[in-house]
Amino acid sequence: MTLSVLMPVFALMTSLLASVILFALPEKGYRLRTIINLAAAILKIALVGVMIWGVAHGREYEAAFTMVPGVEFVLRADALSMLFAGLSALLWLLTTIYAVGYLEDSPNRSRFFGFFSLCVASTMGIALAGNLFTFFLFYEMLTLSTYPLVVHRGTTKALRAGRNYIIYTLTGGAVLLFAIAWLHGLVGDLRFQEGGYFSDVDPSLNGPLTIIFVLMMVGLGVKAALVPFHGWLPQAMVAPAPVSALLHAVAVVKAGAFGIIRVVFEIYGLEAAEAMGLLAGLSVVAALTIIYGSTRALYQVDLKRRLAFSTVSQVSYIVLGLCLFGPLGVIGGLVHLVHQGIMKITLFFCAGNYAETLGVHRIDELDGAGKRMPGTSVAFTLGAFGMIGAPPLAGFITKWTMGAGALEVGMDWVVAVLVISSLLNAAYFLPILHRLWFAEQCEPWPHERRWGRLETSAWLLWPPLITATLMVLAGLLANVPFSPLSWAELIVLREVAL
Amino acid sequence: MTLWLMAGLLFTPLAWAVLTLMVDFRKGRLVTWLGMAVQVLVSLGLWAAVASDGGFLYLLGGWQAPLGIELRVDGLAVTFVLLTALVAAACGWHASIYLDPGKPWHRYFWPLFWFLWAGLNAVWLGGDLFNLYVGLELISLAAVGLVALGGQADALRAAIRYLMAALLGSLAYLLGVALIYGQFGTLSLAGVTELMNSGDAQSGQTFPLVLMLLGLALKTALFPMHGWLPPAHGIAKSPVSALLSALVVKASFYIAARLWLDLGGELGGFALAQLIGVLGSLAIIWGSWLAFRQTKLKQVVAYSSVAQIGYLFLLFPLTWGVTEAISLQAQQGITLQVISHALAKAAMFLAAGNLIMSVGSNRVDALAGVSRFLPFSLFSFGLAGVSLMGLPPTGGFAAKWLLLQASLASGQWWWLAVLLAGGLLSAAYVFRVYRASFIESTDTDQFYHPSRSLEVIPMILALMSLGLGLVAEPVLSVMSLPFEGGGQ
Repeated sequence: MTLSVLMPVFALMTSLLASVILFALPEKGYRLRTIINLAAAILKIALVGVMIWGVAHGREYEAAFTMVPGVEFVLRADALSMLFAGLSALLWLLTTIYAVGYLEDSPNRSRFFGFFSLCVASTMGIALAGNLFTFFLFYEMLTLSTYPLVVHRGTTKALRAGRNYIIYTLTGGAVLLFAIAWLHGLVGDLRFQEGGYFSDVDPSLNGPLTIIFVLMMVGLGVKAALVPFHGWLPQAMVAPAPVSALLHAVAVVKAGAFGIIRVVFEIYGLEAAEAMGLLAGLSVVAALTIIYGSTRALYQVDLKRRLAFSTVSQVSYIVLGLCLFGPLGVIGGLVHLVHQGIMKITLFFCAGNYAETLGVHRIDELDGAGKRMPGTSVAFTLGAFGMIGAPPLAGFITKWTMGAGALEVGMDWVVAVLVISSLLNAAYFLPILHRLWFAEQCEPWPHERRWGRLETSAWLLWPPLITATLMVLAGLLANVPFSPLSWAELIVLREVAL
Repeated sequence: MTLWLMAGLLFTPLAWAVLTLMVDFRKGRLVTWLGMAVQVLVSLGLWAAVASDGGFLYLLGGWQAPLGIELRVDGLAVTFVLLTALVAAACGWHASIYLDPGKPWHRYFWPLFWFLWAGLNAVWLGGDLFNLYVGLELISLAAVGLVALGGQADALRAAIRYLMAALLGSLAYLLGVALIYGQFGTLSLAGVTELMNSGDAQSGQTFPLVLMLLGLALKTALFPMHGWLPPAHGIAKSPVSALLSALVVKASFYIAARLWLDLGGELGGFALAQLIGVLGSLAIIWGSWLAFRQTKLKQVVAYSSVAQIGYLFLLFPLTWGVTEAISLQAQQGITLQVISHALAKAAMFLAAGNLIMSVGSNRVDALAGVSRFLPFSLFSFGLAGVSLMGLPPTGGFAAKWLLLQASLASGQWWWLAVLLAGGLLSAAYVFRVYRASFIESTDTDQFYHPSRSLEVIPMILALMSLGLGLVAEPVLSVMSLPFEGGGQ
């Protein structure tokens, strides 16, 4: 057992063990629970940090054993997995801080944090999975561990949302399992491999491989909220704000998007997928999802629902980026995995702050909130501008790179999609900003709480400020080593070698 | 060494049955704890011995066949012996706390429990058709008695119904055995197989096989002969339900599987194999649907057994007329399904018993608030449910994966749909229970809290069923599959 074997196992174990301990803690052990939560999160960041450093310098981390006859369980750290693992480790810490503040004085915290850690452990497993079988294992574990979080409040609405979530995701999981089992039957146990496997595949396999690809996209598309499989996402908004933040930024939708990246890059191979004509179809679905999500977002009056439809739209940027099959487009898609996470988590933190501090849930109640809560509102504004794609924020980097990538491969229509989407983004975010900063407060806040000097609890205020700062830095320092953009470039350099 | 282990294994259950018959519940409990420890140790020892040195034939008392009783101690048999020891010990431990010593008829729990255990071991190790019959009858009678221990009129009615089904099943099986004996002049399964392979098979011998399978399917509660199971398993005391669902139905299935694998290749046919597979599929669909519709918690779990048993019968189509490799895959999948279902279902029944005890009602609706105040028991129930749904990383998932691969490789696509739909349907009834327990209807804890040991036992079983998926490969490697006679 060398360190290179143990590192990915440790990274997974930090949150898995934390989860077991948190379940075992008595409900009243607030302080100990917070300490364990934060210690585990910081330890994980350290472990992932070491692995990122190692992977950048060409080291390999891998642990594997045979689980079922013919199938291996593989945990492995490569450049792609570190992109996702880094994102989830970082945002886990911030979301935990936020959740501690958010759930103060509410029941069932032991259960909440237990499943929360389990959810992060699943995300880490998804990031580190070295083959489709292992990926599927954690993919389903994620479904199970998020269900109790979605229904956490135990209301009829929450339970209904939970039921729909489970119906969508388990059906998607069954479709994915079918596809994985079929692929396994055709070609055996495939580890994720840079460049994929099917660049010179027997033409007779083209038919089954196409069907398997479609099935996989359906199975993964449910979690990635590709239209028409997005129905569960806006409903799942009834969950507590930290859960929505996590679901939208790192855990569920990203798991789907990350799975699509793995399948396209490291099972099929970008060139092979393009040659089989699979990417063209996928790009149309992604483009439709982008436009559809943004359009629906326009009509939402509930803040969290508007953000949810915005997620539907934004996650498909990642997928659309892959379909551009040129280096720039792919970099744009990959980097958006991180950028969208940071931006969306900022927005959800802020929405949670408005709800917790002022009792505001609807957009038309936000008039004048900027004066009452300047810190939160600055963070929200930065997040919104990032989503719209204003330079020099993170979202701009994504859209610029993708646009350039689209022109490079001659898919000019994608640029049109990006422009329309940005206009729609502006159309649904700018009115909110207008209300925040320029409208006068005309009614008292629905349900206001006060926390001393600060506009809200410090636990709630710092996380969005930090993520907003990160978002600005990701844009400004995009060319510094280890920035999301540089890391995406590194991945593309290693993966695709186009 | 192995001789001592064998002696301990066979002797303890019978001796303890007689011993506990003579004392009251509390003393019987003490005696039983000792016996369970012996059984678990002996089973572990035997399993380890076979895992390292391979299987052997054991002649009871040293008599040669046809006079003596020939026991076949191979990897598969010892795995099931060990499984029985673990599950039965867990159920016995749970029962020793759960059952009310004040009820006079509860003293009969221990003798029946030990007779049941003896019967199970006899079936796992039995090498000839008649001994298997004896073991099967021992199991049935003890099981019927255990169901009747519920005491009320409902329990007696369910027990009588169970008795009728079991006797009918035994009769059909015995008739088949008699016909086989008439034609081959031997009862040893290995002997019959040998004669068959030497070319003595004639047409018309399919009938005894079908008769035996029919009887065994009735005892295993294969759709549409499942009517007796839900009332019996639902009404019995929770530790009894756990034993019945986890182990008892597996015994008759085990015999059916061995008959099929030894004789089915010659005597069976494509149509018969497919028919049994279709009945299994219908059991999965119909059982899950009924489980979803039940309003009582234990009935949900009982109907879930009907559905889960359906999976086992996919063994028949997936091993007939296919290559060795595919057949092996199917057998491994089914074996894992037997083990993981035994662990998960025992965990589920025991956890359900705890939950019912806590909320004071058998209704699913009554579970509101359980997730907040009784998370531990709910968690055991939930983990067991994950295995039943066949989600990773449980043993249920490993089983499903192997069955999916076997279906694909043998070109029998239709079972894929059944396996995937079955998983979703079981999710439907399991999540219905979760959903009920997450409702926040009350802010005060008015639940009875069972003792810690009662709560820990189902958790251990559920964790074992979960862990089985991770160690499926090493566990399977001990079993010297495919099912074959003799060992040496």
